[in-house]
Amino acid sequence: MSKQDLAIETEGLVKTFGKTRALDGLDLQVPTGTVYGVLGPNGAGKTTAVRVLATLLRPDDGQARVFGLDVRKEADAVRGKVSLTGQYASVDEDLTGTENLMLLGRLLGHRKPAARERAGQLLEAFGLADAADKQVKNYSGGMRRRIDIAASILNTPDLLFLDEPTTGLDPRSRNQVWEIVRLVVAHGTTVLLTTQYLDEADQLAARIAVVDHGKVIAEGTPGELKASIGAGAVHVRLRDAAQRPQAEEVLARELGASVQLEADPVALTARISGDETKLGAAEQASRALSELSRAGITVDDFSLGQPSLDEVFLTLTGHPADDDAKEDEVAA
Amino acid sequence: MSTATQETTASSYVPSAEILGTVLARGDRPARPGALSASLTFGWRAMLKIKHVPEQLFDVTIFPVMMVLMFTYLFGGALAGSTKEYLQFLLPGIMVMSVVMTTMYTGVSVNIDIEKGVFDRFRSLPIWRPSPMVGYLLGDMFRYTMASIVILTLGLILGFRPDGGPVGVVAGIAVLVAFSFAFSWVWTMVGLLMRGEKAVMSVSMFVLFPLTFLSNVFVDPETMPGWLQVFVDVNPVTQVVDAVRGLMGGHTNGAALMWVLIWGAVLIAVFGTVTMRLYNRK
Repeated sequence: MSKQDLAIETEGLVKTFGKTRALDGLDLQVPTGTVYGVLGPNGAGKTTAVRVLATLLRPDDGQARVFGLDVRKEADAVRGKVSLTGQYASVDEDLTGTENLMLLGRLLGHRKPAARERAGQLLEAFGLADAADKQVKNYSGGMRRRIDIAASILNTPDLLFLDEPTTGLDPRSRNQVWEIVRLVVAHGTTVLLTTQYLDEADQLAARIAVVDHGKVIAEGTPGELKASIGAGAVHVRLRDAAQRPQAEEVLARELGASVQLEADPVALTARISGDETKLGAAEQASRALSELSRAGITVDDFSLGQPSLDEVFLTLTGHPADDDAKEDEVAA
Repeated sequence: MSTATQETTASSYVPSAEILGTVLARGDRPARPGALSASLTFGWRAMLKIKHVPEQLFDVTIFPVMMVLMFTYLFGGALAGSTKEYLQFLLPGIMVMSVVMTTMYTGVSVNIDIEKGVFDRFRSLPIWRPSPMVGYLLGDMFRYTMASIVILTLGLILGFRPDGGPVGVVAGIAVLVAFSFAFSWVWTMVGLLMRGEKAVMSVSMFVLFPLTFLSNVFVDPETMPGWLQVFVDVNPVTQVVDAVRGLMGGHTNGAALMWVLIWGAVLIAVFGTVTMRLYNRK
């Protein structure tokens, strides 16, 4: 990949807060025109990385370039190309939707009538026209996230940072945000998306970097990553609890993986390994299911689960997502 | 505010490729706004916030009224023989005191904006760096002017008769507001430094109480012990009170005006610089 095709390039990026090394030699290469997922638990350094790249924090060490521009030396030029939305970059709750967008429009150099027109178009496009004159603090979670995104595409940016855009949203609002992200990328904007959900990165990102303790611990397409960590797990519910030991045996043999018995006496879960066979997870699961029925075991229900972030971490690092990070989550 | 309408808006929304495509089309980007334009836009934001949260005007309306009434009637009889006599002396001073005390809300607003995340959005924009700060101060100048007018009106009702006439009074208020603008940079710095608005408030109390009380607002410093006079004389609040008293009383105090000017310039140079350094590093 030539350097011109990179929207973001970092080398050995370091940022410390007191004794915490939030970024500890972060290396990223984000190609232009795609969604790039940065996946990691709370406290992994995702937000710090975004803040450094958006010129809000100065790195202590290392290099970071956005479209070839140095975030330290050419910060102002970087600001002209990027835009961010996230936990720490928000709109003003006391102002209405229209006022917020007009404020930003004017700060980006639009004259008042043009700013008003642009605000109206954006509110319309994001389904917020009815709430245009309401204070943002009265918006629902999904509306709030949409106005945040609308605010960051006031001037369509070349690079958009979305810092955990769906955390705390209900599934419907989450799908709306996903759809918006897809459309934004389709119009040529590069998106750097941070998330705690493998599912989300899988849905949206062309490439994913898994981050832990301020470092990239794995990088690749969603397919490559999943292959390296196992494809997920098959959850099975039997009709008869008495058949469970037999079912356990069949699954263990078919999938070549350890089988976990659930608290529910008719349920069991088997992990599917992704790398040992050329078969996809679904095929492996269906083969195992037909083996179960051949053995005369009645299956009432089954589902194929993606590996959770916890499983990803366990596989990649040998330790679960940090406990102190979980405390952060509670505090936030 | 009905939640029902919100729910329908939220759930019925389907992002449309066509409509979003129109807003995402790359139009010509307008030229960046100049320093003044960006600062005025942030000033406009401060006005909008006053419109939506008018309660924030209490500290520039009710608080000054309380101050004038309390101190006029508390000290008037003892210090000047009559409250009416005392008011001639006290009113310019209490005006300076009230306004200088409200300057700390600048720090509180800065701090709240940081916590709410609004600040990072502004910091990521390609605009003149100090403009958000100047915007706060422009909004606050409106508040200072308002507090001054409230105090002046109440004073006039209670019997304050400024010999300097309307011109002297307006000039006095202008000097006070200008000084407060400069002094507010202390609070933008504190707002950026402190972790929460409560911390901002307590720091401001440590600074504001000695600064406003250990001055010539209430009594002539000549009655104070020598060591205290030394502090009172260098206290910028004393100089501002002298300047405002002079202008309103029709006997312009050139030396005090010059000191106010010097103090203002020093405050902006020192605290403005530190503020912008913190703002860029935050």
